[in-house]
Amino acid sequence: MRVALFATCLGDTLFPDAVKATALLLSRLGQEVVFPPEQTCCGQMHVNTGYQREALPLVDNHAACFADESIDAVIVPSGSCAGSIRHQHHIVAERFGTPALRDQVERSRAKTYELAEFLVDVLGVVDVGATFPHRVTYHPTCHSLRMLRVGDKPLQLLRAVREIDLVELPEADQCCGFGGTFALKNADTSTAMLSDKLRNVAGTEAEFCTAGDSSCLMHIGGGLSRLQTGIGTLHLAEILASTEHAISPKQGALA
Amino acid sequence: MNARDTVLSRVHDALAIAPPPAVRVPREYRRDRELPAEQKRELLVDRLEDYRATVHQCVAADAATTIAAALGDATRIGIPAALDRGWVAEFGGEVLVDSADIPAARLDELDGVVTGSAVACAETGTIFLDGFSDRGRRALTLVPDLHVCVVALSSVVAGVPEAVARLEPTRPTTLISGPSATSDIELDRVEGVHGPRTLHVVLVLDS
Amino acid sequence: MSGTFLGMPAAPPRGSGNLRGAESFPAAARTELANTQMRRNVGKATRTIRDKRVQVTGELPDWEQLRSAGAAIKRDVLSRLPELLEQFEQAVIARGGQVHWARDAAEANAIVTRLVKDTGADEALKVKSMATQEIGLNEHLATEGITAIETDLAELIVQLGEDRPSHILVPAIHRNRSEIREIFLRSMPGVDPDLDDDPTHLADAARRFLRERFVRARVAISGANFGVAETGTLSVVESEGNGRMCLTMPQTLITVMGLEKLIPTYADLEVFLQLLPRSSTGERMNPYTSMWTGVAPHDGPSEFHLVLLDNGRTATLADEVGREALHCIRCSACLNVCPVYERTGGHAYGSTYPGPIGAVLTPQLAGMDTGGSDPNSSLPYASSLCGACFDACPVKIDIPSLLVELRHQHVEEAHFSAEQLMMKAASAAMSTSGRWTAAQRAAQLGRLLGRGGRIRTLPPPGNAWTSARDLPVPPKQTFRQWWDSSEGRAAIDDAHREGGRR
Repeated sequence: MRVALFATCLGDTLFPDAVKATALLLSRLGQEVVFPPEQTCCGQMHVNTGYQREALPLVDNHAACFADESIDAVIVPSGSCAGSIRHQHHIVAERFGTPALRDQVERSRAKTYELAEFLVDVLGVVDVGATFPHRVTYHPTCHSLRMLRVGDKPLQLLRAVREIDLVELPEADQCCGFGGTFALKNADTSTAMLSDKLRNVAGTEAEFCTAGDSSCLMHIGGGLSRLQTGIGTLHLAEILASTEHAISPKQGALA
Repeated sequence: MNARDTVLSRVHDALAIAPPPAVRVPREYRRDRELPAEQKRELLVDRLEDYRATVHQCVAADAATTIAAALGDATRIGIPAALDRGWVAEFGGEVLVDSADIPAARLDELDGVVTGSAVACAETGTIFLDGFSDRGRRALTLVPDLHVCVVALSSVVAGVPEAVARLEPTRPTTLISGPSATSDIELDRVEGVHGPRTLHVVLVLDS
Repeated sequence: MSGTFLGMPAAPPRGSGNLRGAESFPAAARTELANTQMRRNVGKATRTIRDKRVQVTGELPDWEQLRSAGAAIKRDVLSRLPELLEQFEQAVIARGGQVHWARDAAEANAIVTRLVKDTGADEALKVKSMATQEIGLNEHLATEGITAIETDLAELIVQLGEDRPSHILVPAIHRNRSEIREIFLRSMPGVDPDLDDDPTHLADAARRFLRERFVRARVAISGANFGVAETGTLSVVESEGNGRMCLTMPQTLITVMGLEKLIPTYADLEVFLQLLPRSSTGERMNPYTSMWTGVAPHDGPSEFHLVLLDNGRTATLADEVGREALHCIRCSACLNVCPVYERTGGHAYGSTYPGPIGAVLTPQLAGMDTGGSDPNSSLPYASSLCGACFDACPVKIDIPSLLVELRHQHVEEAHFSAEQLMMKAASAAMSTSGRWTAAQRAAQLGRLLGRGGRIRTLPPPGNAWTSARDLPVPPKQTFRQWWDSSEGRAAIDDAHREGGRR
């Protein structure tokens, strides 16, 4: 398949290793990976903060970039960005867009997949051939879990990784408190939620907390780092792209 | 415009501003379920006991002795006028036959009450009283602290839809699932606040 | 009304009453987060109820079908509201009830006050009711010389403690047993001075205090969980029996019902009597449900008044998206699964309706004044949009989407702000890849802020982040720089070869 990678604004700028891992993994699995250079941001932050009008140019840019017929699927290494494309772009397009945009948005959303979804549902692989000799716990981010319903697909993928010591995260389905601008507008409440997540992560005695979304990992990782827990964060793709020859491009999100 | 017309015109306006599509209600949930009597009995008893009602099972011929036993050391009880008197034949204490002119204060002096029931729902352990016939008026089953309620197994249905279908909407109806309870203090369940603190269900198997 | 004649519908006005706090959600939350006792009690309560809810909803193989039916019935009610309201009114009157309509809180309070005074009583018993809490009925009755006595144990605790409810289902959940004992000893007339803090004994004290009041009661006031348009039947769902007492013992019963509480037919109760208890207390069925239709001869009150309340409901109905909040059956499942509510408790929301549903219902009923500092305008942001509320809602209210919609409405009407400026700038920077890569280069200057790979302090507004979290320093190379580099191309080629070998 010819698959287009949507790096997301956060992944492109702050967490390129997660996107690199996604590109390497998909290539290793035989996909022709392309990176449409016009891509920027899905507009999720704008929509979720109430700025739908300001989100329009971003939705427009995104749809124009990925609606292209030559692209079979769009892969997003982020549950919340995939969720925004699938469940929010049409709201913005309906409200402020042209019929042409609505059409483009429809085509783009229909072929957009979160990484784990694409691997398990479309490619039908669970064992991606990864090796990762570390103790890891998995946080199922809210939008992967409840907006995209990825279920236990990420865990299926992780369970197939060689030498991994996968430990269950208590109260895993509880939000980490990120919520985009929520972490800024309601910083105290967000911190209260984060502290419980950190307690649960630390209790697993894992070396790494992983998830399918760099934004939640930035939040959890930011807390783990501030408290000097010595626990790192890694995007799910970074673990799945690790082999016995090259264990992760770079370990720890804050490296 | 009076309040009624104002509110109704507001409703019309609201729907004119954003006209809603017509709605079809999907009714794919379980309805019209039939369960074998034995299964209904087991389920009902399990659910009643789970919500801390005491269940006595007997055949019709033993109803009077079972009811007398359920009344325990009660000495004064109330009954609806339409109650089968045979049911309290074995009770040795004072029996007040209820009527609408008996004030609540007198009901408050009773130790207990014996009534029948309209229908019971096995899946939730709920007994439906509808104020008709031997179910008594609402105050009678509310004020005394002990309620002995007779349920015929033949009046037990599987689920809530089957029970609601058997009700007469105009009758004042009370659904009872176990004795009165509260969890308002630290979510600790406490049995018995204002309604009867003790509920005995006499399940008559062959009526 | 002129609107009606001109064929131009007028937007209905917002409501009033206890629908607005004194300070914004973040400010109120900051205070509440530090309340250790509340945090412990609410944390324990929400965890307990949500576990029970998951268990009893899981027992029903048709739970999802019931949810779909419940949602559709509520949608149907709203779409046919005018005809159903009139049908309901006629049915209540036909069975001997009297129907009153109230445009807002003040009008509802005035109607109830007049009805109570007509009975000659200076005391009215009350069944726990969100609608009367919303309109501030107790406070109003007090100014008219009428004592309202709350009969639900938790509401009694709140009333005697001169406190505010903090949860829809268990309003005194922020209090522990020793606080409740203290409140009873201080404020309950005739209480046993040796009362200890055993919940059984505390409940018994309430029983004895209220029993004589039930027996002598002349008038009681209730809310309603459901009103059946077809038959005029009303329903109250409860646990303690205080509801049954109030609905049965007095000569006069006054019920205040929000006009969205309608359901079309009696048979529809078969759906909601399954959805509500399982979602609310996590029981298969609550101990008591009362259903009555008008006045029953020789059984219960001889006079029945129904007050139908608008108070912002029609304003909510006028919003195509937001009207979904009117489906709410007040089960409180969304509160119990909400990570924000669990930590801030109900008082932070400043309204009768706390939690996720409160965050969408309150601003719609009472409006968000966009002039500046209306606390209601902070409510749609009091959520991380985690979506747990949507999953738990028995009538499938998509609360996260409603929150996003209300944020949009607030922003559209808001005045100039620094945030707006930043969002516009970000939108402009990210609308083309040319501007975006320039912005990325600027972001890489952030490397200057970091030490040891992390940034520990940022200037406002980023300081809200760095108050508790580090931020990674931007890497030397963005993804697209790597992708375009020879190193990136080589890595991808290697990966293809590696894949081909396997």
